[in-house]
Amino acid sequence: MLISSDQIEQLHRRFKQLSGDQPTIRKENFNNVPDLELNPIRSKIVRAFFDNRNLRKGSSGLADEINFEDFLTIMSYFRPIDTTMDEEQVQLCRKEKLRFLFHMYDSDSDGRITLEEYRNVVEELLSGNPHIEKESARSIADGAMMEAASVCVGQMEPDQVYEGITFDDFLKIWQGIDIETKMHVRFLNMETIALCH
Amino acid sequence: MSGRGAPGPRCGLLLALLLALGALPRARGVEEQSGGASQGFQVVSFKWHHVKDPYIIALWILVASLAKIGFHLSHKVTSVVPESALLIVLGLVLGGIVWAADHIASFTLTPTVFFFYLLPPIVLDAGYFMPNRLFFGNLGTILLYAVVGTVWNAATTGLSLYGVFLSGLMGDLKVGLLDFLLFGSLIAAVDPVAVLAVFEEVHVNEVLFIIVFGESLLNDAVTVVLYNVFESFVTLGGDKVTGVDCVKGIVSFFVVSLGGTLVGVVFAFLLSLVTRFTKHVRIIEPGFVFVISYLSYLTSEMLSLSAILAITFCGICCQKYVKANISEQSATTVRYTMKMLASGAETIIFMFLGISAVNPRIWKWNTAFVLLTLVFISVYRAIGVVLQTWVLNRYRMVQLEIIDQVVMSYGGLRGAVAFALVVLLDEQKVKERNLFVSTTIIVVFFTVVFQGLTIKPLVQWLKVKRSQHREPKLNEKLHGRAFDHILSAIEDISGQIGHNYLRDKWSNFDRKFLSKILMRRSAQKSRDRILNVFHELNLKDAISYVAEGERRGSLAFIRSPSTDNMVNVDFSTPRPSTVEASVSYLLRENVSAVCLDMQSLEQRRRSIRDTEDMATHHTLQQYLYKPRQEYKHLYSRHELTPNEDEKQDKEIFHRTMRKRLESFKSAKLGINQNKKAAKLYKRERAQKRRNSSIPNGKLPMESPVHNFTIKEKDLELSDPEEAPDYGAEMGGGIEFLANVTQDTTATDSPSGEGQAGWPSSGPRSEHDHWSLDGDFWAHVGCEWQAGFSAPEKGAGTCPACHV
Repeated sequence: MLISSDQIEQLHRRFKQLSGDQPTIRKENFNNVPDLELNPIRSKIVRAFFDNRNLRKGSSGLADEINFEDFLTIMSYFRPIDTTMDEEQVQLCRKEKLRFLFHMYDSDSDGRITLEEYRNVVEELLSGNPHIEKESARSIADGAMMEAASVCVGQMEPDQVYEGITFDDFLKIWQGIDIETKMHVRFLNMETIALCH
Repeated sequence: MSGRGAPGPRCGLLLALLLALGALPRARGVEEQSGGASQGFQVVSFKWHHVKDPYIIALWILVASLAKIGFHLSHKVTSVVPESALLIVLGLVLGGIVWAADHIASFTLTPTVFFFYLLPPIVLDAGYFMPNRLFFGNLGTILLYAVVGTVWNAATTGLSLYGVFLSGLMGDLKVGLLDFLLFGSLIAAVDPVAVLAVFEEVHVNEVLFIIVFGESLLNDAVTVVLYNVFESFVTLGGDKVTGVDCVKGIVSFFVVSLGGTLVGVVFAFLLSLVTRFTKHVRIIEPGFVFVISYLSYLTSEMLSLSAILAITFCGICCQKYVKANISEQSATTVRYTMKMLASGAETIIFMFLGISAVNPRIWKWNTAFVLLTLVFISVYRAIGVVLQTWVLNRYRMVQLEIIDQVVMSYGGLRGAVAFALVVLLDEQKVKERNLFVSTTIIVVFFTVVFQGLTIKPLVQWLKVKRSQHREPKLNEKLHGRAFDHILSAIEDISGQIGHNYLRDKWSNFDRKFLSKILMRRSAQKSRDRILNVFHELNLKDAISYVAEGERRGSLAFIRSPSTDNMVNVDFSTPRPSTVEASVSYLLRENVSAVCLDMQSLEQRRRSIRDTEDMATHHTLQQYLYKPRQEYKHLYSRHELTPNEDEKQDKEIFHRTMRKRLESFKSAKLGINQNKKAAKLYKRERAQKRRNSSIPNGKLPMESPVHNFTIKEKDLELSDPEEAPDYGAEMGGGIEFLANVTQDTTATDSPSGEGQAGWPSSGPRSEHDHWSLDGDFWAHVGCEWQAGFSAPEKGAGTCPACHV
């Protein structure tokens, strides 16, 4: 799970910039990134950096501060998929990325995305557009949840209760979409493509 | 078998047609003869000359369209052979017939007709329906292939042919280096028409398609420049070309391409701006799209810039705003008309390519030249693609694999553009024009027919990743949006400037400035992609909801006593399909016009079908629609019924959603809170609008629909067993329901309705009736069902009908 050394150096520089030359970053440091303000799901993303599950430090809760190694861990979720990897490794990479997403949606770390959490996400997502009312956002979330339920569970009886989207269900929803090619960030202009050893 | 039988009469028809055409010139002669001897007043006369031109044009269009019908009669044939190939063959046949009949090649594909009338619709169609995100995401790749690739092809082909010529293999030809380069430049370009025609049937994955297709569109600038440059060089004469001219050539490339793009963008801006104000002239809205786009093409042609680029970018840039501004019907009209024009133009182009080939005067055969051209264009294209892909893969996220490269090189089809360009050559300046023309024809035929035929098996054999046509799922859209934001954020955090950053910046700019200028205010509100999908889903949901309910035998999701009372018909009896068909059909047809003439239906109650219809109608009314009075419009060319589906769709969705969400854990928990919240909300609104003089909170709502929705919320969340509230809160819109229930079911109507004091039946004026809906008074009998303040029942005036 390494990134090339050039990129590590670049990221280190960026880290120092963000932290103000401190060894660790706190949530407040992310306010220094100006363009992030306009991002509707900023809070969720920042939170993801401190999420213990993403940092592999536990199954729930938030860390107060992260060091550079943690920073890199999070960034590594976004490395592009190397074409030399075999099928199994591609699947692993894919699962990792999806797990990152899942953790973002599942804010209370119970392993399920409930309707409330989903609504929360969608509302935040659409909050950037001033023309969509909260009511519509909620309906959209509800509709999406319905769709997810129909994909995962199929036809439901009227009195059957659906707890929430588990990680397996989540994988099912994403089956058709090639997340490997979409969820990555180009590090360091066009120099080297990150490798996943 | 049907395929066998069909070509027979069709061919016969066409033959007859053409012989008639051939005979007509002679008929003309006859007419003139008889006209010489004055015969006084003629009751009927045969004025062929009068209508000749438009008649022939219309006839050819008809022939082409009939041919299309003929081809598609046999599914087997069209799944193997691309339509374009069939059309070319047909053209050859027809050309042969015309030639045999008349010994002159009277019909050819002239460059004027091609460039002015046949090509613009196709390119506009391509631009208007271009998937922008995909296009701009791969723009670097596309540009590289289009510019560098085409120049490479042109140069190598021209130079190689020249080299071979020098070696003497071609025999004696009156050509020079510049002629070869000129030929190379026009034969090098990948043709958008051919690519579309063939790739449409092959369904490769979208990235591959967009690269090849984008390349074919954008290489026009290069082609135009190279062609013009070399043509002027040829005119000047080989030895008078100076370095300055070469530099001018390079500069003209930039001017032509960027200028063309700019013209397109300017016209797109104009078009979007114009459509912003067309609210009251909805009928001619589609016209604007076509006229302004066509003007962009002509303007750019006038300024000797790249016309294809202009109209392409006009389509690309305007699509978002135009689709937002114009009404649904206009959008559909534009869509269909564009497809029709493009398809028609494509058909005619290929057919005429075939016909134009049958012209012995232009044929000059030179085996070496022809064969070598074919070899060179294929080989050099392959080499070019491989080299460029190797360079690109270092910078691309999604790598282009060998398979993709094979398809790209094989899919580089030449078509009518090359033909039109070669026909434009002047015989005086280019001595070997006929040779070039014949070779171009052979090349075009080869690529379209042979490569078109074999590309499908090739794609299947190589197991190219095919496109997956899927319904856009709401989840996908949502997560896609989330992705974009996440990736932008990561890019911001890590300090990179990447695609996402740029796209983000652009959409911010667009939202802040462009959309405000170019989009209608109402459209700005709702033009989010997610909302589009949502909207579609609403509609689909409504349809499938009712269909599903019928299929289950009863509308199981809705348990309400009123339905049970009313419905005498057992839905579980067979013929679910007919019922489903009728309801869904109704729904799909015209959502807003479900209001049936209840009186006439009642009278024919005998047949079970009608009772079913009635029952479904009641259910629909009750749960889905506010019935509207049928507007008996006289035929009007200027009026269209306004489209109010959106609100209804929203209501439908809210309703179905609420019911279904009960199966979600958090929804269940949240329901109670929501109920209270809704009540609070209602009270709050009442409070806000309180007039000082009114003691109790009976206040006007701002819109009946709103009121309806809010009451709806209350209704849905309350236990379905609360029958009394149920009927009362439905408001005045259910008068039909009331009428019929009173009549048909002699039993008591749901008690709630009794409470509300519905009129018992019939033609007596219902306008003096007020009913209490919860906290508000509603005026029964007119559509206005929102209450307004009235200290006592019946003491106020209904604002809608002033009773």
